Amino acid sequence: MALRGILRLGEVCIRVLDLAAARTHYVDRMGLIEVMSDEEDRKIYCKAWDEHDHHSIVLREADEAGLDYVAFKVYDDQTLTDLEPRIQAFGLDVSRIDAGVYPKSGRRLEFFLPSGHRMQLYAEKAQIGNTLGTRNPGVMPDEGVIRGFRINRLDHCLLGGPNIDECGRLFQEVFDFDLSERIEDEESRDSLAMFLTCSTKPHDVAFVIQPEPGRFHHVSFLLESATDVIHAADMIGKYRIPVDVGPNRHGVTRGNTIYYFDPSGNRNEVFSGGYVHYPDTPTLTWDTSQMGPAQFSQDNIARESFLTVVT
Amino acid sequence: MRYRVHLEELELDFTCHPGQNVLECMIGAGKKGIQVGCRGGGCGVCKVEVLEGEFTARAMSKAHVDEESLVRRQVLACCITPRSDLSLKVIGKIAKPIQRRCQ
Ligand code: FES
Repeated sequence: MALRGILRLGEVCIRVLDLAAARTHYVDRMGLIEVMSDEEDRKIYCKAWDEHDHHSIVLREADEAGLDYVAFKVYDDQTLTDLEPRIQAFGLDVSRIDAGVYPKSGRRLEFFLPSGHRMQLYAEKAQIGNTLGTRNPGVMPDEGVIRGFRINRLDHCLLGGPNIDECGRLFQEVFDFDLSERIEDEESRDSLAMFLTCSTKPHDVAFVIQPEPGRFHHVSFLLESATDVIHAADMIGKYRIPVDVGPNRHGVTRGNTIYYFDPSGNRNEVFSGGYVHYPDTPTLTWDTSQMGPAQFSQDNIARESFLTVVT
Repeated sequence: MRYRVHLEELELDFTCHPGQNVLECMIGAGKKGIQVGCRGGGCGVCKVEVLEGEFTARAMSKAHVDEESLVRRQVLACCITPRSDLSLKVIGKIAKPIQRRCQ
């Protein structure tokens, strides 16, 4: 697989209860770059320094926390044209959104996943670069560009809801993702979590079983190193940001991780590392007899809150 | 001003310091009784009913506290700050989609 079709998770829109508090968290503390704001719509648009596209995180003030939508970027416009009938053939209604309705963005396809989440696909978004330029770019941006938690880019999200096997089938059959890992009930063999990749990363999206549809488990950002995870943990402590799970390593995906919450209770992760996935890498399966090591492999303790607290 | 917070049924008491929300005071006192989740008013697991006393509240997710809950004084412990001694009943529950088998 040369990487074509769906490229990556490109945009996540998070509902927040207080826009000013969200700005302090995501921009001042975490170090995302605010590229645009819309005071009327009560939205802030942000990017991580090493992303070329205009923005990857949209924060929208609302009276509920949680997820508005996730949007994946595809290779080109023809990919959108080709995917539309395939998504419909899978049984989902697809609506078309004109270019420009979402700022800096080309046309989009929108549909609801079997888990209840709103998902969009787009091929084009304005690019503003990572400050280094594209000819003889060097490697180090100016002082102050990389700051806060030193986040390189948006990486993946974990969505909670019912019908996660159907979601897995959609992503594999229609979007050409691979199932990299899966957690199942030891006895019934029912799927409890599905990890899917469209790249060489261990996952680009994951689903965890939840009784209610459309739940938001977390959005995750990539750091350069495990040292940067510890640096982020120190800042999280300094600024009294609520921690869900302190620095540890995941069994599933092998990432060095820390989980914390934004001021509206939406869970965030910063992580580094993990293995390289290829299309011929076999699916790894974990079961409930090993939930500790599957979740957190340095102390092998499963966290109740990690499975039950969502927005 | 410090206020006393009492959890009914659990017969648990702790002190709230000025400017702190009820949940962070419980955590700070090393007590357990109210479920601890996101601590941001988003997940709903820390829901309590205020049986007695006055408080101020910051923004709470409508998904967990709607108008009706407010009238019943059912609010999120991570979002309320006491303005008098409080007596609370824990009502937050967490769904258990994954039943772990202990081994
Ligand atoms: S702990 Fe999540 S709403 Fe209070």
